[in-house]
Amino acid sequence: MSESVLLIGTSKGAVMARSDSARERWELEPLQLMMSSVYGLGIDRRRETPRLFAGATSEHWGPSLFHSDDLGRSWSEPEAAPVAFPAASGAALIRIWQVEPGLESQPGVVYAGAEPHALFRSQDGGITFELVEGLYNHPHRTQWQPGGGGACLHTIVPHPADPDRLLVAISSGGVYRTSDGGASWEPANRGIQAHWMPEGQRFPEFGQCVHKVSTHPSRPERLLAQNHFGVYRSDDYGTNWESIEHGLPSNFGFTLLVHPHQPDTAYVFPLTADYERLPPERRCRVYRTRDSGQNWEPLTQGLPQSDYHSIVLRDALTTDRADPAGFYFGTRDGEVYASQDDGDSWQLVASHLPDVLAVRAAVVG
Amino acid sequence: MSANVHLPAVLRASADGRRVVPVGADTVGGALNELALSCPQLERRIRNEQGVVRRHIRIYLEDRDIDDLQGMATPLPAGAQVHIIPMVSGGSAR
Repeated sequence: MSESVLLIGTSKGAVMARSDSARERWELEPLQLMMSSVYGLGIDRRRETPRLFAGATSEHWGPSLFHSDDLGRSWSEPEAAPVAFPAASGAALIRIWQVEPGLESQPGVVYAGAEPHALFRSQDGGITFELVEGLYNHPHRTQWQPGGGGACLHTIVPHPADPDRLLVAISSGGVYRTSDGGASWEPANRGIQAHWMPEGQRFPEFGQCVHKVSTHPSRPERLLAQNHFGVYRSDDYGTNWESIEHGLPSNFGFTLLVHPHQPDTAYVFPLTADYERLPPERRCRVYRTRDSGQNWEPLTQGLPQSDYHSIVLRDALTTDRADPAGFYFGTRDGEVYASQDDGDSWQLVASHLPDVLAVRAAVVG
Repeated sequence: MSANVHLPAVLRASADGRRVVPVGADTVGGALNELALSCPQLERRIRNEQGVVRRHIRIYLEDRDIDDLQGMATPLPAGAQVHIIPMVSGGSAR
């Protein structure tokens, strides 16, 4: 019997929604991890029963990383801090922004992206983590600036074929990659514009404000990125980037997601600009490309098309990766929408939640 | 010296449900160091990994904020009562 789970991270806790494999009707459960902002959600699908992760920060009691081995019915954390900076760093964890399992060939490896800017690695399935010193000691780190959401490492993209290769995205440091398992890192931002820099300095080696990077396992060298102004594609794992924003109503936004079964299909949720973080024309529209960014089309069926003032944050668009795939996005006004037809139509599955920060989904069994 | 650390309700789950945790320490910092060993989950709710008390928490010795005394070096007399106080400001983030 298949079960579908939808994890919803909000500013005041986590909400689980459940459905069957058809995913037509969802039942929401009471808020868990009460009064914690839940930015970093993850699902480790390599286990027979997937392990769920929730990076939760209490304004009073600080951050922690919780895990669940019963599909979100209960959550645990170890006695000692699962993610913590070493004493010698002088740094203290503020928030966990991303939880990303490693490859099938590395069953215990789980990565965590943190604020302040840092990458952590677990080898015991996500219970305890260690700082990836190679990135933390990079000479650029002290020059990385905080984005509007904080000084965060918010995106982790393991190379699907090579466990030694990994790519991360940092606000505002840009994209960095390693090919030696994290010992050394290089910036990978050529072609991405830092529009706020003076004329002649708008293509720096690093310092871009990348918002999200997504890829497809069958084309590991191809990456798509939503930036703080600009949507880009790389066909060489970040060595060079080219703009694919033509056809979008604006080039600003936070989220981007590649379809799990169609490597040329991807989704974004455009916002007007950083000084106007609202949807263009005040319409709730997901935009889809089916040719890796050469053309874009708005997806509107089932979505509010007037007087709409909410937005979708960087991790609030996801897929359950099932076949057929389900797609889900959450908004800052506490709504969650789902699509079972590649985004052609959407249905409201949750409303009146606290603002949604992240969503993740899986079909199990 | 023996002292008692009084916990707010929300932290008691991290101390096996106890309202009060006895410690044997000479200073407030020493008391927290002892908690780090005996109840690490509780201690990390109060201090970050660099030993800094979290922003929206106050620690009182009897009726005095330790920030008005000697901070973590504040001596604990025998039978001292230490209170962990969540500030009302902590709920204001969103």
